[in-house]
Amino acid sequence: MSEAATTEHPTNTGISHNKLAMWVFLGSECLLFGALISTYLLYRNEFHTGPAPGDIFDIPFTSVSSFVLLMSSLTMVLALSALKRGDIRNNRLWLLTTALLGALFIGGQVYEFTSFVREGLGFTTSPFSSAFFTLTGFHGIHVSLGIVMLMSLLISSLRGNLKEKNSETVEIVGLYWHFVDVVWIFIFTVIYLVPNPTS
Amino acid sequence: MNTSETAVTTEAAHDDHDHPSDAKYIQIALLLGIITAAEVATYFVDIGVALIPVLMIMMVVKFFYVASWFMHLRFDSPLFTKFFVAGLILATTVYLVFLTVFEFWSKG
Amino acid sequence: MTDTAVETTRPIGVYTRPKGGGGWRDWVTTVDHKKIGILYGATALVFFVVGGCEALLIRLQLATPNGTILGADTYNQVFTMHGVTMIFLAAMPLAAAFGNYLIPLQIGARDVAFPRLNALSFWVFLAGAIFLNLSWVLGGAPDGGWFGYAPNSGIIYSPSVGMDFYAIGLQITGIASLVSAINLTVTILNMRAPGMTLFKMPVFTWMMLVVQLLLVFAMPVIAVALFLLIFSRQFGANFFNTEMGADPLLWQHLFWIFGHPEVYILILPSFGIISEVIPTFSRKPIFGYEFMVFSGIAIGFMGWGVWAHHMFASGIGPLSVAAFSLSTMFIAVPTGVKILNWLATMWGGKIKFTAAMLFAVGVISMFTIGGLSGVTHAMSPADTQQTDTYYVVAHFHYVIFGGIIFGLFSGFYFWWPKVFGHMLSEKLGKINFWVMLVGFNMTFGPMHTLGLQGMSRRIDTYSPGFGFELWNMVASIGSFIIATSVLIFVINVIVSAVKAKGQPHCGPDPWDARSLEWMTPNPTPEHNFDEVPVVESLDEFWHRKYGTDEEGRIVRVATAEEVCQDGSATGVHLPSPSYWPLVFSAGLPLVGLGLIFSLWLTIPGGIMMVGSLFAWVFEPVDDPDGPHGHHDDSEETATEEAPVV
Ligand code: HEM
Ligand SMILES: [Cu+2]
Repeated sequence: MSEAATTEHPTNTGISHNKLAMWVFLGSECLLFGALISTYLLYRNEFHTGPAPGDIFDIPFTSVSSFVLLMSSLTMVLALSALKRGDIRNNRLWLLTTALLGALFIGGQVYEFTSFVREGLGFTTSPFSSAFFTLTGFHGIHVSLGIVMLMSLLISSLRGNLKEKNSETVEIVGLYWHFVDVVWIFIFTVIYLVPNPTS
Repeated sequence: MNTSETAVTTEAAHDDHDHPSDAKYIQIALLLGIITAAEVATYFVDIGVALIPVLMIMMVVKFFYVASWFMHLRFDSPLFTKFFVAGLILATTVYLVFLTVFEFWSKG
Repeated sequence: MTDTAVETTRPIGVYTRPKGGGGWRDWVTTVDHKKIGILYGATALVFFVVGGCEALLIRLQLATPNGTILGADTYNQVFTMHGVTMIFLAAMPLAAAFGNYLIPLQIGARDVAFPRLNALSFWVFLAGAIFLNLSWVLGGAPDGGWFGYAPNSGIIYSPSVGMDFYAIGLQITGIASLVSAINLTVTILNMRAPGMTLFKMPVFTWMMLVVQLLLVFAMPVIAVALFLLIFSRQFGANFFNTEMGADPLLWQHLFWIFGHPEVYILILPSFGIISEVIPTFSRKPIFGYEFMVFSGIAIGFMGWGVWAHHMFASGIGPLSVAAFSLSTMFIAVPTGVKILNWLATMWGGKIKFTAAMLFAVGVISMFTIGGLSGVTHAMSPADTQQTDTYYVVAHFHYVIFGGIIFGLFSGFYFWWPKVFGHMLSEKLGKINFWVMLVGFNMTFGPMHTLGLQGMSRRIDTYSPGFGFELWNMVASIGSFIIATSVLIFVINVIVSAVKAKGQPHCGPDPWDARSLEWMTPNPTPEHNFDEVPVVESLDEFWHRKYGTDEEGRIVRVATAEEVCQDGSATGVHLPSPSYWPLVFSAGLPLVGLGLIFSLWLTIPGGIMMVGSLFAWVFEPVDDPDGPHGHHDDSEETATEEAPVV
């Protein structure tokens, strides 16, 4: 079998196909989130008769979930570095922690969305609301996909299939995970912290 | 893209030796946490006109640390950095022009 | 997902990989870049004919004043689907066909970096194409124009399901483009034969690399635009709802931020093709290779800074108009560089006017006409007169048809022997060219006049007495002449295939060509290269055939037969076929239909997609029983399948 063949075969650039593909994909994702963020910025003042961003954002709450996501990046690198040392036990532990922190973040987002809806900000309330839910929803879907990948890694580890030599796979999932975190760093500042219009 | 000099180079990009230690990662996470705390503090403390520049600087610093350390860009093949930075710069300029055409900055 | 490599250490019985076994099974499970290229090409040609029939309907309707062949509503659907089909289902996949088939051969590789993902791209594209065309029978085709401007594309002005099919269908084909772009980018960067530095790559491969990068960065932008449209139509989002303060120009900007790079995505493959054809038939190396490459990169780069020239009449403000006017004029420069380089390549060469060469020269001349009328739009005062008239229709068909379609036909005639092992008839090919050239100019030349006379684009009919009658009739006759030329091509394909039956294959090097793909026999054997060549120069193949004597004259040093490989290697390790790309792709249109008609349908669609992803993950990387044993020492380019995503 040749499952690790791609990393063992020298390529022109000396880097593996998989990792390069992930980076090209992340470059592409910059344009995706850029478009969503710009759309949001364009409409942050267009809250029509509904709540304005400044009325409704709960900065302390979002700060906590931002912190949670940020720390999940730390646990992700720790998972990778454990695997690279051949420390399967800690690798599993950190993978699980990362997935749980991600789930905590998603839980926070679900809570945020429901409380917004209760306060009168539905998806169709205004251009602002549509843009807000679309942007943060897309980010949330990215985090959720990341959780699925982390869980798959964990399961294959439990089945004894995630060894030191597979660390590149973990690294690639990690790249995706950190990227999603980095996007949130941007969203947190530009969408939440920069002073928002109120109605 | 000068990564092509000759076809089969050795595993130049795979230098696992100088990967940072866990302690280093934790240090960086601490730094990121502190910056985040400072960011949140601006919500409670009025710093006047400095607010937006200060927020932007802190954001860029956090972004930079995650990308270069956690995503290993500083240890890995420059080709990765090129793709990522290309995406970032392209997105930033295109969408800044986009917002400018909408007269976003004067609308506030 | 990304953990495939982990899972595959333990192949599970149920997920053994298909063996092929000949016939249609080979085709639906193939992961061979050559077969996928042929599938792309054949499918795209079918859609080219479909889009062509739609064009003929348009021209029948407009041949005389007060035409009654199509009603206004049908007319809207027909011209929209004509544009969508030609661009997304014909021109782009034709470029993908050439890219898939030729890139690995031109860089000396055995396949692409991710063979299964490559199959996935094709099947997803096909799924999207079928999905789009299902709209004809499921409630009406899209009717908002190929660029679907808001709020015209919204539920109020376009209440049928047509624009839903448009938004979801293009989203599906977009996935195909993005996946394929990542795949080919990695292939080109990582899988070149020993010695092939970036600046020894053929110009075609270079242009395709630029195209893939444009796709990588442009597809997400239209993806967002289409999501906004889907959410607006399906879930009542307010992105284009002016009553609530939304700005419909948002769509136009997003669309054209994608759209202008898209025009280079369409044209650069054709530029690449003729950059291979012209040197071969001028018997000279390409003039200014570096200029050729850098101008291609420059075009790709500058293509991001001109999008608002499609919006001069949209009220974007004088400053923006001036800025984008200026940037548009600059982008003509690198294109001009290319044209001069092709002319300089031909200059003083021993030119052989084969069918491929005729089409290539056709590109240079017709594209130049289109480029010049394009520069007249760059001047915004002139453009406000021209926009939305037939002048624009004339302009973009000169670049799109004259620049792209002619180039693709040049490629057909040039590489047909490579792919199928026999030549197309040169005689019919030349007739094909001249008939197409005449028909093309008769159809689109008069549209300049019509436009300047004030005939609007996208009108389903016109009254007599405006002076539109003559030129419309000429254009309509011309369109049938174009149709005849395409028919001649089809006849050529059939006749040549019939004639070739039972005959030995054509020799290895029918054109005395220059690049690496011709070092393999015709048609290309399944494993491409017996021995991965070590590359020393640009035009490697040519340099192996020719040297210089003491006086510096070029002399033949080897025959093609001596240089070419004979394709006899056996036991070369090749990636195994797989069902899952097809199954995954078939789930997508179900999800799309579910979004439009009944969410229940998304369930089987979703199950198919998720299930096949898991099956994909659990599938052994290679068929354990498949041929193994490395024939040669070309480990560095062997194409182990790289399982990811
Ligand atoms: C037989 C050859 C062709 C004929 C006779 C033809 C004719 C036309 C006509 C008359 C229109 C204008 C419809 C209107 O505005 O009412 C049109 C639109 C268009 N054509 Fe073609 N065309 C041909 C080939 C192509 C090809 C090869 C492409 C692209 C690869 C193409 C792309 C388009 C596009 C994008 C539009 C704009 C559709 C829209 O307004 O939304 N056409 N064509
Ligand atoms: Cu343009």
